[in-house]
Amino acid sequence: MSAFKPVVTVSGTAVALPADDIDTDRIIPARYLKAVTFDGLGEALFYDERFTPEGEPKGHPLDEPARKGATVLVSGANFGCGSSREHAPQAIYRAGFRAVVAGSFAEIFFGNSTGIGLACVRLAPADLADLTQRVLDDPALVVTVDLEALRVEAGGRGYAAAMPESARTALTTGTYDPLAELLEGLEDVKRTAAALGHEVRW
Amino acid sequence: MRHRPRSLLDKVWEAHAVRTLRSGQTQLFIDTHLVHEVTSPQAFGMLRDLGLKVLMPERTFATVDHIVPTHTRVEPFEDPMAAEMIAQLRRNVAANGIAFFDVGSGRQGIVHMVGPELGLTQPGTTIACGDSHTSTHGAFGAIAFGIGTTQVRDVLATQTLALGKPKLRRIEVNGTLGPGVYAKDVILHIIRTLGVKGGVGYAYEYAGDVFDAMTMEERMTVCNMSIEGGARFGYVQPDQTTIDYLRGREYAPKGADWDAAVERWLSFRSDPGCEYDDVVVIRAEDIAPTVTWGINPGQAVAVHEPVPRPDEVPEGERAAVAEALAHMKIEGGRPLVGTQVDVAFLGSCTNARLSDFVEAARYLEGRRVHPRVKAIAVPGSEHVKSECERLGIDRVFKAAGFEWRDAGCSMCLAMNPDKLVGDQLCASSSNRNFKGRQGSPTGRTVLMSPVMVVAAAVTGVVSDAREVFGVSREVVA
Repeated sequence: MSAFKPVVTVSGTAVALPADDIDTDRIIPARYLKAVTFDGLGEALFYDERFTPEGEPKGHPLDEPARKGATVLVSGANFGCGSSREHAPQAIYRAGFRAVVAGSFAEIFFGNSTGIGLACVRLAPADLADLTQRVLDDPALVVTVDLEALRVEAGGRGYAAAMPESARTALTTGTYDPLAELLEGLEDVKRTAAALGHEVRW
Repeated sequence: MRHRPRSLLDKVWEAHAVRTLRSGQTQLFIDTHLVHEVTSPQAFGMLRDLGLKVLMPERTFATVDHIVPTHTRVEPFEDPMAAEMIAQLRRNVAANGIAFFDVGSGRQGIVHMVGPELGLTQPGTTIACGDSHTSTHGAFGAIAFGIGTTQVRDVLATQTLALGKPKLRRIEVNGTLGPGVYAKDVILHIIRTLGVKGGVGYAYEYAGDVFDAMTMEERMTVCNMSIEGGARFGYVQPDQTTIDYLRGREYAPKGADWDAAVERWLSFRSDPGCEYDDVVVIRAEDIAPTVTWGINPGQAVAVHEPVPRPDEVPEGERAAVAEALAHMKIEGGRPLVGTQVDVAFLGSCTNARLSDFVEAARYLEGRRVHPRVKAIAVPGSEHVKSECERLGIDRVFKAAGFEWRDAGCSMCLAMNPDKLVGDQLCASSSNRNFKGRQGSPTGRTVLMSPVMVVAAAVTGVVSDAREVFGVSREVVA
């Protein structure tokens, strides 16, 4: 089990989707979950928001030529609500994004994102509104998410960001995949199971 | 020394905490792991790639629910990807010695129906599954929550997860629900009141007169939708109703073990005087039959209440209300009653239990589905289906013009042939009204109780079931 690459800063152009409560069905429609791997999910990201049922592009920000190669996604509160499908952060990651800046995150989405090294940071409402507007205005604006300093910077302006300390440490030290540490505790796991005793006996 | 009074959450968490991880999170032991075909293949694949084995295969149970067609059981399934997914699951459970409730076994069904039916879901336990509606199992006083696929791998490999303990909010609903007001209305009302993000960072403890009086199936309906209110899990404390439900079930303890288990289960109840981070009190009399009008489960109104207009909500919500109304193709300012319905769906892990079909059939008997409406009734499990058929309930649905289907997730998320077409509007007993959720990007979902679905099916429009079926609105003392 190799250590993962630390995620300390993410810097790049951005796409803004300024709305609250963007759910996992919108991020990745359920029909794309009919698969036994996560391959190819990046192309299906926000598919029904980007294309008509006939497959015609709707002119979604993700498809603006000037935003090609963006690595930071900016959205509103409660981003990723709904399903536990890890396909949602996998699709975002595989579409090239390495950080999501939002008002807040749904819990399961946040945990799934951290586990694959996708940095999710919160901004206060006024700061988020300011950053969103500037991203909308300027496709070339470079947004930097700095997990060490817990700040988001863009075009000389800085915003204080927030993120649970456990997730921040996990990302910056490259220990966001918890499996290795969970495996270290297997003797303790067996002790806990034994102490629970007859609670579960099949 | 007297112990600090502890909540059920405190007690279950402490009993299952293996150790504290370097991140500060808890390594939490998972008693029971439930698996289905959609979120597990990648996890089994990761395990193979890492050369790891399933640590405690006797604690994982699998079934197939999301992708199974409900109109036929003939294999191979028409959809080759669905056929591949079920084949992979069969290979994975066989290779790892995991119990599997396959199609035709009599125990297949939506994973959140199967756990309780078999007595796998027990008070004071931790339950995880790669599905957000795992919160359903909280009805038994279990700490039960959805996880992602990488976490499914973690449970398979270590029987534990790295997790932070949430805050605890007690939600008391006191008084008596009026006639025609159901558990579904209670949870839609709670989500509407606290908002779809109100529960983020919290676990919900549901309590009060209404929960005390509820059956286990009603409690499951409420706990199921905890996640729609942002809470990763919610629970009801175990009591005599819980014990009576579990007695005699296949995986429930037997003999002397049973008595010890009951004592242990009840010991997990929250101590009087324990601390809550928040307490919300709701009057049962304030809850009406509730319907959603928008594109998230918090966008809900009482059936006769006007849907909000963008110009009457706070400025920060205007765009969201306008977007929801545009998607739903409805106007704000008047109630949803009378809105034309194209499809009626009675199913899903929220409302496809025996009591849902019994109650719906009580009103459906002798009536006909409106000729314009496609109506499907999808039992949540093979067990529910056979029970309905034993009681003749299937005949009521078929005689009324409902299609009577086999068990699965069906049109709740449309990963199978059951889908809306175009902008059809569906009166649905399911849990999510997200854009595109029921299989058509322009499809429209109105969430409601099973009896309200039947009322919509019969009238062809969103209706107040109390009026359609002549149920008095007065509470009979």
